[in-house]
Amino acid sequence: MAVISESSEWTFELIEKYDAEIARIAESYGLDTYPNQIEIIRSDQMMDAYASVGMPIGYNHWSFGKEFLNVERGYQRGQMGLAYEIVINSDPCVAYLMEENSMMMQALVIAHACYGHNSFFKNNYLFKSWTDASSIIDYLVFARKFIADCEERHGTHEVERVLDSCHALRNYGTDRYKRPYPISAAEEKARQEERAEYIQRQLNDLWRTIPRGKSSAAVREVARFPSEPQENLLYFIEKNAPLLEPWQREIVRIVRKIAQYFYPQRQTQVMNEGWATFWHYTILNDLFDQGLVTEGFMMEFLHSHSSVVAQPAFDSPYFNGINPYALGFSMMRDIRRICESPTEEDKYWFPDLAGSDWLSSLHFAMQNYKDESFIQQYLSPKVIRDLQLYYITDNDRSDAIEVSAIHDENGYRLVRDALAQHYNLSTQEPDIQVYEVDVKGDRSLSLHHQQNSRRPLNDNTEEVLKHLHRLWGFDVYLFSYNGDEVTDTIRVPGKGLSLV
Amino acid sequence: MSYIIDRRLNSKDKSAVNRQRFIKRYKKHIKQAVSDAVSKRSITDMERGENIGIPQQDISEPAFGHGKGGVRERVLPGNKDFVTGDRIRRPDGGDGQGSGAGSASDAGGGMDEFVFQITQDEFLEFMFDDLELPNLVRRQLAVTETFKLVKAGISEEGTPNQLNVVRSMRSAYARRIALGAKKRRRVKEIVAELESAEGSDAQVLRVELEELERRLGNIPFIDDFDLKYNIQKKQPQPTSKAVMFCLMDVSGSMDQRTKDIAKRFFILLYLFLQRNYEKTDVVFIRHHSTAKEVDEQEFFYSRETGGTVVSSALKLMREIIAERYPVSEWNIYGAQASDGDNWTNDSSICYDLLANELLPMLQYYCYIEITDRGHQELWNYYEKLAEQHGDAFALREIEGYTDIYPVFRELFQRQADGQKLSQTAGR
Repeated sequence: MAVISESSEWTFELIEKYDAEIARIAESYGLDTYPNQIEIIRSDQMMDAYASVGMPIGYNHWSFGKEFLNVERGYQRGQMGLAYEIVINSDPCVAYLMEENSMMMQALVIAHACYGHNSFFKNNYLFKSWTDASSIIDYLVFARKFIADCEERHGTHEVERVLDSCHALRNYGTDRYKRPYPISAAEEKARQEERAEYIQRQLNDLWRTIPRGKSSAAVREVARFPSEPQENLLYFIEKNAPLLEPWQREIVRIVRKIAQYFYPQRQTQVMNEGWATFWHYTILNDLFDQGLVTEGFMMEFLHSHSSVVAQPAFDSPYFNGINPYALGFSMMRDIRRICESPTEEDKYWFPDLAGSDWLSSLHFAMQNYKDESFIQQYLSPKVIRDLQLYYITDNDRSDAIEVSAIHDENGYRLVRDALAQHYNLSTQEPDIQVYEVDVKGDRSLSLHHQQNSRRPLNDNTEEVLKHLHRLWGFDVYLFSYNGDEVTDTIRVPGKGLSLV
Repeated sequence: MSYIIDRRLNSKDKSAVNRQRFIKRYKKHIKQAVSDAVSKRSITDMERGENIGIPQQDISEPAFGHGKGGVRERVLPGNKDFVTGDRIRRPDGGDGQGSGAGSASDAGGGMDEFVFQITQDEFLEFMFDDLELPNLVRRQLAVTETFKLVKAGISEEGTPNQLNVVRSMRSAYARRIALGAKKRRRVKEIVAELESAEGSDAQVLRVELEELERRLGNIPFIDDFDLKYNIQKKQPQPTSKAVMFCLMDVSGSMDQRTKDIAKRFFILLYLFLQRNYEKTDVVFIRHHSTAKEVDEQEFFYSRETGGTVVSSALKLMREIIAERYPVSEWNIYGAQASDGDNWTNDSSICYDLLANELLPMLQYYCYIEITDRGHQELWNYYEKLAEQHGDAFALREIEGYTDIYPVFRELFQRQADGQKLSQTAGR
């Protein structure tokens, strides 16, 4: 076949041609995607997209302005290049391409985002169960309009206060173990008023202070409320906070729903980037093998690709944590290698994987894991050796940091377990749950924090509790537990509400 | 299937609202930074944007997270010669070797600043926030020099540039519906009848149908009398005209630093006027033993020496007012900067001039004395004036560069509305 283009300038016709060829190859590998909507944008639009943290339509809030100023400054000073692409988990899958990109970059981005990320969004179990790609745009439009209406009715400042508080708690707005109900804008709108009214009625029951006569005296010995600890703080607030207005509850809900939409992305960074990088690498090499692109194109591609997957060592000045592209790409490639040409070591470590069909094994891995379990399952001794991973323990009761394991026979499993824990949100984020509400007394809310390896909470904790207190309206307590022993208590007092 | 969309023509500044919200929220910080910048900047340099730094901890968005302590386990890449069981000395001051992805920001503590740029406009906005020219009365309502074009409805006649497309099309549409309704109804009937009609009946119907369609086709899409035009009316704009007299001593006793401070003060004043009042004239008068009206360039940048006779400038000001700025039409302001030196016996003349002739014509007169020595005669006379004409005369002392902006703000602080009204009423 003939080379598609020689020049590094892109045109719309060329993008179409490349996209068609990439789609053809992607299909031959069984990549199942949403339809693509490729949007060409200017660099300042890319900064806007950055600032709204990947939401194509966002409500207004100062924190997005702060993000924008930050991006703008970084970009203008040349400290930071803009990402070549942003891709949105929606149906159709929206990908932004910058107009400054060369033709090679546009092709790379199309392969990476429109076929790599896109197929991941559509097929990974977390995305399937937590997000509804077809309705997210509608929901964001609803949210933006609702918040704008609230601002008009209640004032920007009031709305901003509620949003500030919700944002402080947004990492605690998901049920980790329950499958959520998919969000749909049309239903949301229809049910919103009904819900507001219903909650108010429920609340009135919960907070009923007028005695109901003698029969209720026996019921006084009520069970603890909530009957079980609640990990979803925002949900608990939305349903149970006594003083919130219906519109405030709806805002809590919006922040919670949007946090839920991003929840899978936070848990599949390595896999998602690894998968997309693996496919842009494979697809672009196929284009070259089929004679569709020039050698110059490939040289430019390899240069760009190798800087994306570079992993600086821990003592390098460029070191900034483990590069998810590097780790993910190495692991995806390694799975293919183990399937195609397993060594004795691979046969011992991965008896089921060694020698199996690489394409279906890779698809299986992409569909059924998140970062933590993916590493636990697939991180091979070879990758540990290649990246020279080692595992250290920093115990504040010891006077030095200890090297617990390195890339040797005894260390592989330890390193793998420890690395998997890096990506486990329930150990990375403090375990804080609603424990009890003093329903009959001062209505105070008690949270329990269960420490992980004695690690204390950071200095922000009191600030966050103030936000929680703003939403709850009465005193908030936080008890920090090390095992069964309370090591720290923080109380944010109520404002002396005149209830009498 | 892929759709490719060119979004490059979409509107700019999608983040403008959020940016504004941020700036509004941190107004206090930004004001402080602007105020610091004003005292540091050189005089030629007032009109540009500024990098604003806000302490990181003031704008952080708090979230639950782990603090330091306890047992921390990490996996790092690039091991060269560590073996299991090695003990590494903890690096001092944060975790230098291991600041991983999530913890990089909390390692440095509160020393970092969040730095961003504001534009020149925003800079000036913050610089002159809450300031205004005192006692600005809307004089001269009768004479109307400026007009504003306002919409005054729709007309059948007009020039093509005033064509109201929407109204024209609407009217054309209505006409087309009105003229064609009967025919179209008949067309529908014929079409329905044609289905059942046969032979010659059908032939007749077809002929009628053709004729109807021809006539429907003849209805013009747009006709002369569909055209509608916007009409605009000139509306007189009441103007509030103001003139500011800037008086500066350039005599030998004014050393370079003092002149520099005075210049800065006037530049601030000048920018403030330019920005706040479109119809503001500025008259620059410089004096040593004699006074001279000069242009902006000469006022700020040329050098001269000589003795000091302050009254010469006041006299010139009086002449210029009489010549060009009738009191009935103009709000007149004066600002004077000096080091306090004056020819012996001249200060009492100044006092008389101001108290009897100038102040009754002026809205406000402010005097700044740039000196680190004791006050002299001029200050004493002016102090008397300030006592007698508290609302229209003010004097302040500036010692160094850092005083300029605070003093400026003090002089032009926006007064409470009620107070202002009573003052104007009292005049």
